Amino acid sequence: MIRNPAAKRYNRRVILLAALYAALLIPAIYGFTHQLVPHWAAYPIAVLPALPIVGIFAAIGRYMVEEQDEYLRMLLVRQTLWASGFALSIATAWGFLEAFDLVGHIDAYYISVLWFGGLGFGACMNKLTVGSAVACA
Amino acid sequence: MMENRLRVLRAERNWSQGDLAERLEVSRQSVNAIETGKYDPSLPLAFRIAELFDLSIEQVFVSPSRDTSQTA
Repeated sequence: MIRNPAAKRYNRRVILLAALYAALLIPAIYGFTHQLVPHWAAYPIAVLPALPIVGIFAAIGRYMVEEQDEYLRMLLVRQTLWASGFALSIATAWGFLEAFDLVGHIDAYYISVLWFGGLGFGACMNKLTVGSAVACA
Repeated sequence: MMENRLRVLRAERNWSQGDLAERLEVSRQSVNAIETGKYDPSLPLAFRIAELFDLSIEQVFVSPSRDTSQTA
């Protein structure tokens, strides 16, 4: 498949953000595990690894805007809607299970993990319902 | 979805889906989806397609309200 310029820019951004995520997460884990983080810096250091993930959400939005091929854009919109429905449905169901003490606690950032997994689910749904899918994430 | 004559018009010119996609500056996936009736193009893209073949939109795409094959 010939990758168009918008898809290439998207890939470059995601690779850069993924590298930044690793570069921020590893020192944060090390710092907190070894109690090296001063109290005043705890909140900013804890939030830093989230920023590249937020950046990936923004990169997907940017790709949606920059993609000139309307059909591929439609596939991407459908895929992200499936991902949102997938992640939010599981998170909501889990929230009630957790509230009634039927399951253990799961950190909220796993909703993002679910959403990225949902992109794969969305690609499958596109393939099943429209016959083709765009690679994303 | 709208019926269309894209496959016939393309075959008359001996163009592959890739050739048509290149001329329209869209992906081959888009051409395939339009040809097979899985995707209705926007009005600007429908105009581009019709103009590429020197035809009017109605000569390429069948109006859903006049498509007798769907009501039969």
